[in-house]
Amino acid sequence: MSIDVAPPEETAAGPIEHLTLDDRIWLLRAMLLMRGLEERAMNLYRQGKVPGSFYDGFGQEAVSAGAAFAMAPEDRLCILHRDLAAHLIRGVTPEQVLAQYMGRDLGITRGRDGNVHFGDFRLGCVGMVSMLPDMMLVATGMAMAFKMRGERRCALTWFGDGSTSRGDFHEALNWAGVQKLPVIFVLENNQYAYSTPLDKQFAVDPVQRAEAYGMVGVTVDGNDAEAVFDVCREARERALSGGGPTLVEAVTMRMHGHAAHDDMKYVPREQVEEWKAKDPIDRQTARLSELGVDVEALRASVKAEIDEATEKALASPMPDPASATVGVFCEGEPEPLGDGVPRWSGFAPGGDA
Amino acid sequence: MPALTYLQAISSALRDEMRADERVMLMGEDIGVFGGAFKVTDGFIEEFGPDRVMDTPLAESAIIGCAVGAAAVGLRPVCEMQFSDFISCGFDQLVNVAGKMYYRQGLAVPLVVRLPSGGGFSGGPFHSQNPEAWFMHAPGLKVVAPSTAEDAKGLLHAAIHDPNPVCFMEHKHLYRRVKGEVPTGVYETPFCARVAQPGSDLVVIAYGAMVPVALEAVSDGLDGASVEVLDLRSLVPLDEEAILDSVARCSKVVVVDEANATCAAGAQVAALIVEKGFEDLDGPVVRVASPDVPIPFSPPLEQAVLPSVERVREACRELLAY
Repeated sequence: MSIDVAPPEETAAGPIEHLTLDDRIWLLRAMLLMRGLEERAMNLYRQGKVPGSFYDGFGQEAVSAGAAFAMAPEDRLCILHRDLAAHLIRGVTPEQVLAQYMGRDLGITRGRDGNVHFGDFRLGCVGMVSMLPDMMLVATGMAMAFKMRGERRCALTWFGDGSTSRGDFHEALNWAGVQKLPVIFVLENNQYAYSTPLDKQFAVDPVQRAEAYGMVGVTVDGNDAEAVFDVCREARERALSGGGPTLVEAVTMRMHGHAAHDDMKYVPREQVEEWKAKDPIDRQTARLSELGVDVEALRASVKAEIDEATEKALASPMPDPASATVGVFCEGEPEPLGDGVPRWSGFAPGGDA
Repeated sequence: MPALTYLQAISSALRDEMRADERVMLMGEDIGVFGGAFKVTDGFIEEFGPDRVMDTPLAESAIIGCAVGAAAVGLRPVCEMQFSDFISCGFDQLVNVAGKMYYRQGLAVPLVVRLPSGGGFSGGPFHSQNPEAWFMHAPGLKVVAPSTAEDAKGLLHAAIHDPNPVCFMEHKHLYRRVKGEVPTGVYETPFCARVAQPGSDLVVIAYGAMVPVALEAVSDGLDGASVEVLDLRSLVPLDEEAILDSVARCSKVVVVDEANATCAAGAQVAALIVEKGFEDLDGPVVRVASPDVPIPFSPPLEQAVLPSVERVREACRELLAY
C-alpha cells in the first residue's frame, strides 16, 4: 500500500498580503544562510574538523524558515535537527553555528552536544534531544504555562514523519487537544525516516489524525517558505485567540542522506529528480528576481558572511577538558528564557501581528 | 509543633508551597477531584483550582515532558506518579530531556517528581518497586528519600526550591505508619545524611523505609552493642563525608536497601566505603537487600523477599562477631 501525501498546488504569488518585500528577501536570506552554512560545515566535516557525524536539512530549508518567521520574539520554539534556518531567524550567529558543529567553546552547547542538537534559551529556544519527538511534549508544557498565566503567546515545535509512530506524538497531540493549548506542531514530512519510507511508517496520512485530537490539521507545500509562513501565521492567530493547537504537515523531501555517511541508495533516482525541480531556494529566488531583487548580490553577501564566520569559528578555542565535569547541576537562581529577534514586519509597531 | 503522619507532612509541604508561590503547580493522574490515589492532595483542588492541581490524561511521559516545558518557562511543577513504578513510562523525558538539559544548554529545569515507592502491602510486581537507582545512574537528577515526617516535609520544600529536577522517593509503607513532630511553615532539610541513632561498634546505613527497620533491628538482641544508624536522606548528592565519618567511628558497616541488590543505592555506598574508607574497616561491608526478583504479590512470597527486621539484626549480629 502506498501513502499518498500530496502537497497542495504550488501558488505563483505566495501570501504577499502579509509579507513586505523585505520580509520576502529575509526568507530567502535565511534559506541561503542555512544551505551555505551546512555546505560549509560539510566541507569542515570532510576536513576532519567536525567530529561525530553530520546532519543537514538540504531541500527542507523552507519549513524552518517559514515557520520560525511567523513566530514572535516572546513565542517559544523547540527546533529539530534539519531546521537550522529557525535558529538563524531567532538570532543565532553563523559563527556560533559553525563552532557548534566543530565542538568548540563558542558553540551554543560549548561542546557539550553536537551538530544541531542545540537551542539558545536566551533566544527563547529549547534544544532538541535525539529521542524523537520528545520536544512535542516540552512545547505542549510551555503552551500549558502560557494558557495558565493568560499570556498571549504560543509554542511551536518541528518533528518528522518517523516521529508520528512514537507514543509521545500521541500523548502531546492528545494533551494539547484536551486542554486546547496555544501550540503549533509542524510535521516535517520529508518522505524518509533514515531509510524507512512513509508506507512503512503509517497507514493514513498523519494530518488526518488532527481531527481525532480535536484540532485543526493543515497540509502545506513544505518547499514554499511563504506558504509555510502563512499557515503558521494563521495557526499562531488561532492559538492566541483561544482556538487551540494546529497540526501543520509540511510536505518536503530530504535531499541528502540521513547523515554524512548515508549514500541514500534506497531512494529512487526519479524521486530525487522530481524534488530537485521543486527546490525551495530556487522557487523563492524566481519570485524575487521577477520583482527586480538582485539575488546575486544577496548570495554574495551571504557567502561573505559565511566566510567571515568560518574564520571566527576556526579561530575559537576548543573547550577546556577540565570543564567536562562542570555544570551538571544548576546552582543558584535559574536564568530565564529570553526572546528571539523580531524578523517579520508584522511584529513591528503597527504591524499585522 | 504538631504531630503529623509522613503523608500529612508531604501534603503540608505542598500546601505551604502552593500558598507561598503561585509558580508551584501540581500535575498527576487523579490528584484533583479525587485527591490522589493516596489522598496526598485531598482538598487541594478546592483551594487552588483545577489549573494548579491538574488532573492530567493518563500519560506519564506527557506529565514529565509537559513539566519540563512548564519549568522552562518559569513554573515550578510538582508531578505525582501514582505509583513510582509508572515512571518507567516517563523515563525518557526525565532522563534524556530533564536530566541533561542544564549540562547541554545551561537551561535549568526546576521540577519535582513525587514517586510513591516501596512494597510490603501485596502491591505485586508493578506497585511495589524502589526505582531510585535508575535515577542515581542518570546524571543531572537529584534523588532524595525521607524516612521521617519532619524530613518528608523539609526535603520536599528543599526539592521544590531546588533549580534542578528532583526525584522525591516517598515510601508508601511509611505514609500512615510514621508519625512525628513537624515544624510549621516552610523550612528546608538539606540534601545530606543524618545520624538517626549514634553508636560506635557498628553502623547500619539505610534510607527510606529501611531506616525504621534498622532502628528496630538494633534496638534489641545485639548484646548491648553500640550501633549507629545513618539515615542517608539524599542519594544524589550522596553524603560521602557523613558515610565515611560513620565508618571511621564504627569500623563495621551493614548497608540496607529495600530495592533489589544489584547496582542498588547500597551498592554505591559499599563501593564508596571500600574505595575511600578501607583503612577504617574492621570486617567486610555487609549488604542486606532484596534478591534480584520482581516483587511478588502473595504475602509469604513478598515477606521472603523484602529485608526484614530479623534479617538486618542477623546481619549485625554476624558482623559484630566477626
